[in-house]
Amino acid sequence: MLAYIGRRLGAMIVILFGSSFLLYNLAAYSGDPTEGLRTSTDPKAHQQLLSLIRTLHLNVPPPARFFIWFKGIIGGFTGNFDLGMTRDANPVSTYITNAIPVTIRLVLLSTILAILFGIGFGIVSALRQYSRFDYALTFFAFLLYSLPIFWVAVLLKAYLAISFNNFLLNGSIAPLWIISASAISGFFWAAVISGTRQRVLAIFGIAGSATAIFLELLSLNKWFTHPGLGPIMMLALGLGFALGVTYLSTGLGNKAALRSSLTVIVLGFILYFPVEYLLKKYGSLSTLFEMLLVTIAIAWAVGFGYAKIDRRPVIRTSILTSLFAALLFVIDKLMKSWVPYVNTDAVHQRPIPTIGQANDLLPSGNFWFTFLDTVLHLVLPTVALLLISMAGYIRYSRGTMLEVLNQDYIRTARAKGLSERTVIMRHAFRNTLIPITTIIVVDFAGVLGGAIITERVFGWRGMGTQFNNALNNQDLNLLMAVQLVTSSMVILANLVADLLYSALDPRIRVVGKK
Amino acid sequence: MSIFSRRAKSIEEQTEGDIFNKETEGLTQGQIVRKRFIRHRGAMVSLIVLVSLILFVFSTLGFKIFGFGFNGWWKYKIIDIPALRTDGCSVALPGCPTLDIIPGKNFGFGDHPFGQDDLGRDYFALVMRGAERSIEVTVVIGMVAGVIGTVVGSIAGFYRGWVDAILMRINDFIITIPTIIVASVIGFHFGNKGVLFLAVFVGFFIWGGLSRLVRGEFLTLREREFVDAARVAGASNRRIIFKHILPNAIGIIVVSVTLLMSGAILLEAALSYLGFGVVAPDVSLGLLISQYQDSFTTRPWLFWYPGLIIIIIALCINFIGDGLRDAFDPRQRRRISHKDRAAERNPTAKKK
Repeated sequence: MLAYIGRRLGAMIVILFGSSFLLYNLAAYSGDPTEGLRTSTDPKAHQQLLSLIRTLHLNVPPPARFFIWFKGIIGGFTGNFDLGMTRDANPVSTYITNAIPVTIRLVLLSTILAILFGIGFGIVSALRQYSRFDYALTFFAFLLYSLPIFWVAVLLKAYLAISFNNFLLNGSIAPLWIISASAISGFFWAAVISGTRQRVLAIFGIAGSATAIFLELLSLNKWFTHPGLGPIMMLALGLGFALGVTYLSTGLGNKAALRSSLTVIVLGFILYFPVEYLLKKYGSLSTLFEMLLVTIAIAWAVGFGYAKIDRRPVIRTSILTSLFAALLFVIDKLMKSWVPYVNTDAVHQRPIPTIGQANDLLPSGNFWFTFLDTVLHLVLPTVALLLISMAGYIRYSRGTMLEVLNQDYIRTARAKGLSERTVIMRHAFRNTLIPITTIIVVDFAGVLGGAIITERVFGWRGMGTQFNNALNNQDLNLLMAVQLVTSSMVILANLVADLLYSALDPRIRVVGKK
Repeated sequence: MSIFSRRAKSIEEQTEGDIFNKETEGLTQGQIVRKRFIRHRGAMVSLIVLVSLILFVFSTLGFKIFGFGFNGWWKYKIIDIPALRTDGCSVALPGCPTLDIIPGKNFGFGDHPFGQDDLGRDYFALVMRGAERSIEVTVVIGMVAGVIGTVVGSIAGFYRGWVDAILMRINDFIITIPTIIVASVIGFHFGNKGVLFLAVFVGFFIWGGLSRLVRGEFLTLREREFVDAARVAGASNRRIIFKHILPNAIGIIVVSVTLLMSGAILLEAALSYLGFGVVAPDVSLGLLISQYQDSFTTRPWLFWYPGLIIIIIALCINFIGDGLRDAFDPRQRRRISHKDRAAERNPTAKKK
């Protein structure tokens, strides 16, 4: 195993060498960084030209100059990693280390959401193969697949940001919107659950009217201008989630799992005020992380206590439930900060921003303000990226699930008399996840490359912006640094995918030597 | 087939197999593929839409190659600057679109179906020229990448050994540079040399995925019995590649080239949007969107039409690719409808 990883890492350096060499020469031969200074009539220009040639080694021809650059990369093994200098004689590494976290923040949330929604929709679509829902979802996925992100971005800015901000000034929903939202929700749930005609009509009615009543209540209570969850709402949501996750994960027949997940939610409800106080007093990322660990530990203990035999599924269920409860606490806290946040001078009643990665005018020091600000700046890019990368996951997980459902072991499982839930969730779903894992890893690397466009559209200052600047200013070292990071991500992602595949699928083994 | 063996298996599956076999009996590979493709409703509709769109787009402004060509049927060229239309538009926003798809007094194209830009240029002509460019770029990228990917993949998969090792290392180099990065570098430096030059150059760098697929297919096919049989019969390598292996790999090639082209049209739009693709005074759909995205709130038509055309083209290509994949996949089985089952259970009913 270690030998295999070592060999792959060795191959990675060779590949990085090759691809960098290719791009370096392509970029170096097709543009001249000194052009502006050569034609300049400024008396200082000659001096600047000489210093530019000295810092960037421009007197060396590109193929040889590449080796000067590559020596700096190889230096990483002896501890003096060097990415070279930019045109204005600053080290490239400072630019890149500032840019990488921004890009990761941009794409991480949307990737996670795209995976969750994509796999969920894909699998439901496969289970309802050739139904209207399936056809509609297939069309929808292809449509998303064909959208240019910069085009979607403009629409989102206009409708999701500007119009929604306008709506928030008042906060009451027009009847037409309520009717259409309920109709959509009715169609959606009727198609997902499906069944006989009578049942479909009943589901349509129930889901539609529930949505209408819910929206009307929110609208009447001015919930959109004064959002909040509160302990009772959180208890209701938490209990609903606990039931749902227990049903999917172990089935409601498993009393230990049901009891432990419900206990976790009730514990959360009892501890509402202490936790609330802790969050308010010690708000910081590290505290949040510690509290998350404590939550998981408590959930583990609860699951361990309830289950006498077969503990793993019970503990898994209660931990999943506790994660949701933790998320509810964070959302509740963010919603509490909403009204003061919206009324600050920096935000000025327009909470959803159309551009940028953070509001620089916001007073610093308040953790929850900064957190909410970050989340709100993520809304538009996340929705845009989510829509576009979800399509691939829908198609892929649908295809994989259909393939798995045709396998002999599924028929065996059904023949044994297992319930349909067990067949789907334990036998089919898990096997579907194996090939999807590899796609996810490779896709994430691709999204990092695509950040060039996303960052431009939404005005973020990450790797993509550095790349654009580098290209426009003929800044070769900066350009190569971006390429190096994204290419390494692609190669590492492939390695991780292969390792994951062999870890998940016992039939496939990585070989130490050929 | 006795009644017992049918009972022994799942009846459902047996029936499906029978229907499936009956359908493909006595047909050549090409006929089966064509039949399956025609049955894929989404793909057929897309094909018709795409072909009509292409004919429409290329006939609008006309073209000239080597002195041969024809003038388009549309009255404006992209360089014409007619006066801004004011009647029927709000006073602040002259040049609004005249296209009306609701039957009535103004039904039809009108004078400026997609409106006019701020100078007064006819936007319909601009969008059509942009669509021409986008389609050309897509086709050229698809062809260049398709040919290189197929050749490299076939040679690597067929000859294996050191040829394979070298070609696949080169492939690795190309595949690890993210497409958008290499395409931006190319576009930034060569964008001014014309759109076809750009397309060919981009095509040189995005065949990586295709060649891997083709190589994999060749590696499997070359071990099959029919290849051994051909070799024993004295066929040359060239004959084996072109007559025996390539026809069997054509499905995977056609499907991936189609999907590559749907990616290429979005890539061209993205490059032009970033300013690294087609540059003014030439027109492309991505460039139009990038130029007029700020006028979305004031003159939305300048933003909507180029985007819609891109989406229609990409959507059609994706659906055609899906239909082709279904058509070429030997495991693919059509949904067996109740009608088919009934016909199978009662064969006499069908004959009358």
